Amino acid sequence: MGSDVNLIFKIAGVGILVAAAHWVLKSAGKEDYAFITTLGGVAVVLVWVIYQLGTLFDQVKSVFKLF
Amino acid sequence: MQVVGLGLVVAVLAIILRGNRPEMAIMLSMAAGIIIFLSMMGKISSVLEVITDLSDRANISMVYLGTILKIVGIAYVADFGAQICRDAGEGAVASKIEFAAKIIVLVMAVPIVVAVLNSLLKVVP
Repeated sequence: MGSDVNLIFKIAGVGILVAAAHWVLKSAGKEDYAFITTLGGVAVVLVWVIYQLGTLFDQVKSVFKLF
Repeated sequence: MQVVGLGLVVAVLAIILRGNRPEMAIMLSMAAGIIIFLSMMGKISSVLEVITDLSDRANISMVYLGTILKIVGIAYVADFGAQICRDAGEGAVASKIEFAAKIIVLVMAVPIVVAVLNSLLKVVP
């Protein structure tokens, strides 16, 4: 249970970081870098979430015998 | 208690993120859904074990129980996906997922219906 809360805060942290970076880069005029960092952040979070989703679906398959 | 706490924390963080990063907010709600379900898996599997050995004692054949378990599992996963799609604003996709889930459940329920009808026919000459 504890490690899961970490995941929540990791995702929130990355989200806020990416939002701040986006805003800073935009105000500094480098619009394209802003989008790249946003995409990078979203990709990292997506990897974590999909990994968790994989474990969830495996557990559902094993418990509900959904083969 | 932990679940409620986690839910509230995620709600607050989602509001913060939705301001300027909507995609992150959806990721957050998905992660929260996954975590809450994972923490409940232990209890669900223990309840299922109780049900299965009760049914073994009452010598109900495992086929019916297995199908019921599958239907419950499919219903849950489909609902999980549909809610997240609806949360992301994709109402159409969500209804498609639920539609597909209904079809799958229907397909799985057919053998049970046939079995019931057969047994009925045996009773009524």
